[in-house]
Amino acid sequence: MTADLRTRLGQAELPNPILTASGCAGSGRELAQFFDISKIGAVVTKSVLLAPRAGRPTPRMAETPSGMLNSIGLQGPGIDAFLQRDLPWLLSRGARAVVSIAGGTVDEFAELAARLSDAAGVSAIEVNISCPNVEHRGQVFACDPGAAAAVIEAVRGRARYDIPVFAKLSPDVTDIVAIARACVAAGADGLSMINTMLGMAIDTGTMRPVLAGLTGGLSGPAIRPVAVRCIWQVRAALPDVPIIGMGGVKTGRDALELILAGASMVSVGTAIFHDPSACPRILRELEEELASRGVERLAEVVGLAHEPRTAARRGSFTSNIL
Amino acid sequence: MTRSETDPAAGPVQVRGTVLTVRRVDAYCALTMVAPGVAARFRPGQFVALAVGGPDTGMLLRRAFSIHSVRPDHGGTVEFVFAANGPGTRWLAERRARDLLDVTGPLGRPFPVPRDPASCVLVGGGYGSAPLFALADRLRERHCTVDFLLGAASGDRVFGALTARRTGRTATIMTEDGSLGARGLVTDMLGQVIHDARADVIYACGPMPMLRQVTALAARYDIPVQAAVEEAMACGIGVCMTCVLPVVGNDGITRMVRSCVDGPVFRGDQVRWDDIGTIPFDAFGAPGWESRPGRAAPAAGRLASGRPAGDGRAGPPHQQHLPGRQ
Repeated sequence: MTADLRTRLGQAELPNPILTASGCAGSGRELAQFFDISKIGAVVTKSVLLAPRAGRPTPRMAETPSGMLNSIGLQGPGIDAFLQRDLPWLLSRGARAVVSIAGGTVDEFAELAARLSDAAGVSAIEVNISCPNVEHRGQVFACDPGAAAAVIEAVRGRARYDIPVFAKLSPDVTDIVAIARACVAAGADGLSMINTMLGMAIDTGTMRPVLAGLTGGLSGPAIRPVAVRCIWQVRAALPDVPIIGMGGVKTGRDALELILAGASMVSVGTAIFHDPSACPRILRELEEELASRGVERLAEVVGLAHEPRTAARRGSFTSNIL
Repeated sequence: MTRSETDPAAGPVQVRGTVLTVRRVDAYCALTMVAPGVAARFRPGQFVALAVGGPDTGMLLRRAFSIHSVRPDHGGTVEFVFAANGPGTRWLAERRARDLLDVTGPLGRPFPVPRDPASCVLVGGGYGSAPLFALADRLRERHCTVDFLLGAASGDRVFGALTARRTGRTATIMTEDGSLGARGLVTDMLGQVIHDARADVIYACGPMPMLRQVTALAARYDIPVQAAVEEAMACGIGVCMTCVLPVVGNDGITRMVRSCVDGPVFRGDQVRWDDIGTIPFDAFGAPGWESRPGRAAPAAGRLASGRPAGDGRAGPPHQQHLPGRQ
């Protein structure tokens, strides 16, 4: 028996909950060499900006225990090239496109939302207000409830009514629930969490920072417990708000963990660098995890960890944390 | 367009490779594996990216290695050369026959080869020479002459000196400590080799400072250079954006391009060697960069050169820069 993996994204329905994570799959083109991108829930694009951006200098990457630091700095060709070339290509492949947007000002975010709303075929907008690789912390809107709300309100105001708007949150805050509440009050249809955590590495040989940009975003399985905690806290506070969970998902078991915490969709990021076929593999593994537990519908297990005495109720679960 | 759109057979594959042998070659290791789809698609200059550390590893980034050789045996074998000096490469060095490896490849833009017979000088630094021998075979098939110029810090770090001497029209070896060949850097002898070989084109692979020097010297002789760069990569397939370097397109615009998919082979004169590790102020999308009037907004992340990604038959090195023979 295979479980029913369908999940809702706004008004639309995705065939399954496995998505790519923004910044780890480009616009799907490279991964399409390795698997059929129409078979996963959606492709979440690398964040699109209004203008082309060259990003940060190299070295941009450092491997860390069960993770990596990156300081790409939102390199990309800008919205014109995206709309001309990348979005039509994604749609031509039958893929569903969740477009991540980033900007330095509220107006830039709003204009991007308007431009995307004029294009056909955008399944959702993920508002990247939490990229740590920007000039100064003031540009990380997700660190402040007021700034986060201002961006989301502007995007929701300019985005077409039927395109869901997801706010992507940073774990680098004291109270993520406060940020989540502010975004939802400002009109966010859902929340994506978590973005990378700000980190740093020093080369003890050269005795200098490894990254040219000094600091970078930490991703990979090393941060998965942080993602689980953030999703848990927000789900507990805002049980009706859809969550795209991401942060260190490398296996179907990991995806299930985020789903149990409250995510109804799961993005796969750094694992793609390790295995370009990670998304279809994780989807297959998730199906197996659910089948082995006798779960018939994905919806049954979304946020299930919040229910008391779950194991007793279902009777057949055995702990597999070891 | 990606290669897969124009020619599906030319795209990379992800396969489970089976280790045949791992052997020491002087200071390096050479690993041979059965990786059928990879061997069949290979062109000299391309590389493979491997997952290391096994299924439960904490090492997430793929390791990229130039392909040294492919053979048709066992359905297609691939060999690459590496220095076991980090946890990932040490893990690779410990592999034994029949171990399995997660391999993607062949990746990247191969060396373009001349359409007509030409005199080719192949310059390698350290184990950067590894991809040059398959290239040499291909060049000889095209009736080109091949002269090798290899160098390293010491004799045990010159990869393939014997093969170069056996198969090259000439082979010049340089070591910094003088333990093999002449004492000095490859660039000390490059002018002489260019002159003696009456070189039409230079192919180079090795450390960035060497590639920069080779390009600068070749410019004096007005000879094109095809340089395979060694840049740190996380994925090898073009999605992580970590391996970028500033390269001037045929439209004159500098872009931060990915060495994994737009390279690793670049025309030497198009790489801004001195600006590697920076974002040049005039690079596409640099802070303050603006599209000038009358300039079509170019696509970032790729060269607007229209060079064929296959084997580059229509492109460099032979026609674009006619070699200026003295």
